[in-house]
Amino acid sequence: MRDRVILGLLLLGAILLPFGAQAAGFPATTGIATQIACLAIAAASLNLLIGHAGLVSFGHAAYFGLGAYVVGILWEHFRLGEPLLGFIPGTNQLLITLPLAMIVAGLAAAAIGALSLRTSGVQFIMITLAFAQMVFFLFVGLKQYGGDDGLVVRRRNLVPGLDLRDAMQMYWLCLGLLVAWLFVLARIVGSRFGRVLEGIRQNERRMAAIGVSTYAYKLVAFILSGVGCGLAGALMANYLRFVSPEMMSWQRSGELMVMVILGGVGTLFGPVLGAAGLVGLEYALGGITEHWQFFLGPILLGVVLYARGGLMGLLGYGRGGGRGHG
Amino acid sequence: MSVLLAEQLLNGVQLGVMLFLLAAGLTLVFGIMGVINLAHGSLYMIGAYGAAVVAQATGSWWLALLGGLGAAAVIGMAMELLVLRRLYARDHLDQVLATFGLILFFNQGITMLVGRQPLFVELPPLLTGAVEIFPGVPYPAYRLLIIAVGLLVAAGLYVLIQHSRIGMLVRAGATHRDMVRALGVDIRKLYTLVFGLGALLAGLAGLMAGPVYNVQVGMGEQILILTFVVVVIGGIGSVRGALFGALLVGITDTLLRGIMPGLLRTVLPASEADALGASLSSMGVYVLMAVVLLVRPRGLFPAHA
Repeated sequence: MRDRVILGLLLLGAILLPFGAQAAGFPATTGIATQIACLAIAAASLNLLIGHAGLVSFGHAAYFGLGAYVVGILWEHFRLGEPLLGFIPGTNQLLITLPLAMIVAGLAAAAIGALSLRTSGVQFIMITLAFAQMVFFLFVGLKQYGGDDGLVVRRRNLVPGLDLRDAMQMYWLCLGLLVAWLFVLARIVGSRFGRVLEGIRQNERRMAAIGVSTYAYKLVAFILSGVGCGLAGALMANYLRFVSPEMMSWQRSGELMVMVILGGVGTLFGPVLGAAGLVGLEYALGGITEHWQFFLGPILLGVVLYARGGLMGLLGYGRGGGRGHG
Repeated sequence: MSVLLAEQLLNGVQLGVMLFLLAAGLTLVFGIMGVINLAHGSLYMIGAYGAAVVAQATGSWWLALLGGLGAAAVIGMAMELLVLRRLYARDHLDQVLATFGLILFFNQGITMLVGRQPLFVELPPLLTGAVEIFPGVPYPAYRLLIIAVGLLVAAGLYVLIQHSRIGMLVRAGATHRDMVRALGVDIRKLYTLVFGLGALLAGLAGLMAGPVYNVQVGMGEQILILTFVVVVIGGIGSVRGALFGALLVGITDTLLRGIMPGLLRTVLPASEADALGASLSSMGVYVLMAVVLLVRPRGLFPAHA
């Protein structure tokens, strides 16, 4: 009960945040919060894989970037007025680009996941990284879409009834989708499917022995987390009005993992806290010193060494039970 | 054409040798201690900076050599004692996060100490010339030296690991860690030693890379990912696999970069062909790695058979 009240208050606070930011004279806070919401969607999706299925993917920035590029490429064709591959017309309608971003990211995750899941452990970490690097270099080489320099999306996508050029409405859209996605994830984790994933994380051999075809479950989890990252990337592309291969570099994949671990692996709100914590730290330290990474590094180290369970653990909401054998 | 091919092949071997120096340390740390050390690239960078800074300050090549190797080895051992030692029992996720933090720390630390400008390292006058390897095929002497040093290190490591007591413990530690501990070997000291050796080799690679590539912040991460590819292709924990994988990756990468744009130019306009060729050849080694992992999930020479 108490937790529900806290949750309700937090959500209310998040909804009212733009007004507070405006009143306090820091309107830029709304933009930062929008980025946090986008990254939280991606981190929460990755958490489904890392925290609930025990699969450490080092390449999820690829799906994030693919989602972003769906928005960027469709905009580019809309701007030029010439269809993609000669038959797919470009568009600037969010209700088309967002689902399409999720589908494209999901299809990529299905193909990459199907191959990657043949390995496990360190090899799995490395093969997901390898595939992400392939996607990264593919987009670096696509001169037609800006190559290394990326693509500028001059106007945010259109949604009937909303004006995304308004910072507050953009924020509320991202926040709303974050809440919806967290709800979906909570339902997934609580379902029979989620219980099987949890069993696989704890002991895959045991699950196989009781007759579960673990490969199929892991693949579905991989695809779902790819879909979520695609959604997050499409939103981020709209917020930044810019996409570039840098969004899918391996450092970005690392940062997504950092968010998951910083917040608390295997918890529903951990990734949100982790995204807020990392972005917040970047801005806070960045305001103090140009060399903020010099301090961020040891802070991350400290979290690993001394605060197991991340921020959620510190708040007393850590996951019960032991961790899997990574 | 064949002259060009020979040159490209040698360039590939040279890149492979550099990768081997990094991969040898990484694969031992991986295989024996079970730690994913993303900060291995930082040691490479530290070796390069150590040598470059000492060379600029003193003008002595021998002191620079000492400075680069010393900096990498000392910082590597300190890293093991202070941080990595606590991570051996943790899962891979914690190791990735902690060493990711170390990368940020080292990159920014170097920026604060030396600045953002890339350093240029001049070669000793003795090594600036070219050697005619075949009649009519000149090749830079310095790159030949890198290849020679790398092959010497490979031979040295072979002797050390296959024919010395420490090597025996290293091999035993890679396959039966608990048994080695049970027999009364101070495994912690062995770990620090192996880590220091890996750091030394990474530093050696870094300081040799100085005159060929730019010495700049972030150089470690560029090569680190390729090194991981090498380690995984070769088989984690196997030094022989690291050598084979490094040469395979180095030659594949260099040849693709040499050939791809030319091939694409026959069907595409030049500028697009160059861009696409560069990106396709960058993808090449990752395709190679994915294929190897799919066919042999444990790499080509798995140590834990």
